[in-house]
Amino acid sequence: MADIRNNFVGIKSPNPFWLASAPPTDKAYNVERAFKAGWGGVVWKTLGEEGPPVVNVNGPRYGAIWGADRRLLGLNNIELITDRQLQLNLQEIKQVKKNWPDRALVVSIMVPCDEESWKAILPLVEETEADGIELNFGCPHGMSERGMGSAVGQVPEYVEMVVRWCKQYSRMPVITKLTPNISDIRKPARAAKNGGTDAVSLINTINSITAVNLDTFSPEPSIDGRGSHGGYCGPAVKPIALSMVSEIARDPETLGLPISGIGGVTTWRDAAEFLALGAGNVQVCTAAMTYGFKIVEEMISGLSNWMDEKGHASLDDFTGRAVRNVTDWQFLNLNYITKARINQDLCIKCGRCHIACEDTSHQAISKTKDGKRHFEVLEDECVGCNLCVNVCPVEDCIEMIALEPGMLDQRTKKVVEPTYANWTTHPNNPMRKDPAVEPAE
Amino acid sequence: MSEGMLKNGISAGRLEPGQYARNFSDLHPPLDKHEAFVEADRCYFCFDAPCMNACPTSIDIPLFIREISTDNPLGAAETIFEQNILGGMCARVCPTEQLCEEACVREEAEGKPVKIGQLQRYATDIAMEENAQFFTRAPSSGKTVAVVGAGPAGLAAAHRLSMHGHDVVIYDARPKAGGLNEYGIASYKTPDGFAQAEVDYVTAIGGIEISLGQRLGGDLTLDGLMGTHDAVFLGIGLGGVNALRAEGEQTAGDGLTDAVDFIAELRQSDDLSKLPVGRRVVVIGGGMTAIDAAVQSKLLGAEDVTICYRRGQENMNASGFEQELAAAKGVTIRHWLQPKRVLSENGKVTGIELEYTQLKDGRLVGMGHTLTLPADQVFKAIGQTLDDETAAGLELRGGRIAVDDEGRTSRPGIWAGGDCIDKGDDLTVTAVAQGRDAAESIHRYLSGN
Repeated sequence: MADIRNNFVGIKSPNPFWLASAPPTDKAYNVERAFKAGWGGVVWKTLGEEGPPVVNVNGPRYGAIWGADRRLLGLNNIELITDRQLQLNLQEIKQVKKNWPDRALVVSIMVPCDEESWKAILPLVEETEADGIELNFGCPHGMSERGMGSAVGQVPEYVEMVVRWCKQYSRMPVITKLTPNISDIRKPARAAKNGGTDAVSLINTINSITAVNLDTFSPEPSIDGRGSHGGYCGPAVKPIALSMVSEIARDPETLGLPISGIGGVTTWRDAAEFLALGAGNVQVCTAAMTYGFKIVEEMISGLSNWMDEKGHASLDDFTGRAVRNVTDWQFLNLNYITKARINQDLCIKCGRCHIACEDTSHQAISKTKDGKRHFEVLEDECVGCNLCVNVCPVEDCIEMIALEPGMLDQRTKKVVEPTYANWTTHPNNPMRKDPAVEPAE
Repeated sequence: MSEGMLKNGISAGRLEPGQYARNFSDLHPPLDKHEAFVEADRCYFCFDAPCMNACPTSIDIPLFIREISTDNPLGAAETIFEQNILGGMCARVCPTEQLCEEACVREEAEGKPVKIGQLQRYATDIAMEENAQFFTRAPSSGKTVAVVGAGPAGLAAAHRLSMHGHDVVIYDARPKAGGLNEYGIASYKTPDGFAQAEVDYVTAIGGIEISLGQRLGGDLTLDGLMGTHDAVFLGIGLGGVNALRAEGEQTAGDGLTDAVDFIAELRQSDDLSKLPVGRRVVVIGGGMTAIDAAVQSKLLGAEDVTICYRRGQENMNASGFEQELAAAKGVTIRHWLQPKRVLSENGKVTGIELEYTQLKDGRLVGMGHTLTLPADQVFKAIGQTLDDETAAGLELRGGRIAVDDEGRTSRPGIWAGGDCIDKGDDLTVTAVAQGRDAAESIHRYLSGN
């Protein structure tokens, strides 16, 4: 049986599935339920400074997009940080941690971007004996208008400065939560590292408007006829999150910096992918908000079974294994040549591959054979683009087959080379480097 | 169990009063919006879609389903009605499992085709409830066309002719328009006066006058119509019923009934509890009419209903779905039995003697062995024939009006379509396609093209 115990910057949890700082972790009632359901840890919903708490809108806080059968694909929210009294939250955190010593309990914090504010709240949190803190530099809505959240996360200098204060005034592990609403995610990650952070977590939510009401012309969610951009999350953002996690994981300047992966994690498979791309654990929110806390049972079981099947004894065995395979486009092997192949036994003859290729790509799929409806790849036209695979409604019906070295590519009439060759040395590249004259390192 | 079910002979009121409405309610309750969205989402929007090619009226099915999925039901309805102005009825009565849904790639993929008929009904119901009209008449051509028969073929022809600016008079022998849609289809397929609502919807385009109680062969003659109109379209269906060719048929008296008459009477009844049916019913035939008569007999409270068909199951014209429906309602279907003698006493049917059959050298022959089924009522559902006098002077082929690919009969100026012609399946949807296409041909003729 695979060991899925997790140790993230010294914070131990029985599994790598944490609930992210969000509505599900706003109070003891929810967090207790989450721990009973089996979650390995939670990041308590963001605390603000002492004083009257923030207020939320009293209309809709969430918008969504859906797939077939109203399956929720993307959620956005305009909820702010906790709107409960600081002291109440602190008391509950302390009690919950006492009740659940084996679970990770990290506290998210967001206070104004000045030293005094941070200096004031850190000891209060430390007193709860929580396992660590997460700095909310990510929320893109509401708090950012007050100079907090993503307003801080978008300025690497501020990130570094605040992290430094936290490390200076607290002995707790510091996780810096990053906003994806920035053009290069590596910059704030480097800044956090320079400030001394123990880890980064990402992504926070993405600026978004989920829909426009075409009767009222109000963005959704609509508050009395008007809307504001909210933070987008859920399965739809996972590809963005995976890419950003991988960028930090492979950046030489942040090499080895622990990452807590967040963004659309819905199943064990999503979690395994984040871990493979260098995340030390994952945080989940939308999936729990859609289906309830019970989903963690599937995550634990699925991850364990996959690890057993693959022979991974512990999480460390596969964590980061995909990082080395993330590269720049210019280093991709141009001698790797694939052709689509349609399995005629599985084909249901919907013709989508044909029309997609015919209308929008390379005219490489024929539609009839001997006067009958029949779809087949024309190898002399196929560029191996994979569009047909992606639009085919039948799994595994169309496969991309790699040509073996020595075979003839019917499209280019060239023999497939056994060697690796990329754009940096390609004759068409005006900036190519001639390997022969390149100085030896 | 109701007392009425035990009454011997042919009797009305076999069921508790409330049971009739339940038995004859909508066979397929309509999809609600969410169900329609979920079902529409299953459509793959196939290239050169097989379903569309399988539809006799060539409705652009993937397009209308996509329009439903984007909450554009009126757009969907327009897509349907462009090809088939009786798309509402066809959504209810088409044997979709032999047409579009059989061709659906999901049928091949998983044995569960997209519910195309149900989706078509969803869109057309919305449009018809709103009386959304999508077609307008071209400027008047000054020509008039006589359409004989207000059934699917005639209505489709009339609508298309009117669209092209011709004035149309539809003549029909019955007191109501609609043809088999009104008189010949089981009640539970088209409840709540849908057939009449559809006639109103189709004729709302204008330029169509309906003249009822006018039977061709009576006051109405082809020569007369040719004298008063610029062209004639015949959608007269099949007025005659085949004989059983069994002994005792002539003397059977009460209890030997044409299934089409029974179905028509049932459709026109406003109190089903007053409609008599036998305690034990035998239906002779293997098509949709046999199924409709058998199932409705059962729903009226007949205790024992058996369909006897002279060939095997694979030869039955009734679709698989229809056969399963009959079985589910408690009808017994027996094969390889042909009627030999109708038994009666005192002018009342008491049973039917049937002979077992087999195929010998490709020919159906009696085997000599017989079986007698007791019955109070025997329905004949062995096919209809053209009423000869209605088509006087026109060339026939196989007992039906011979037409060319455009629906032209042997007599210039006269077109025909629907069940009365020698082409296509005897389906509502086929009749609509033939009526529509004949109308296009008539339009070309009247325009001098």
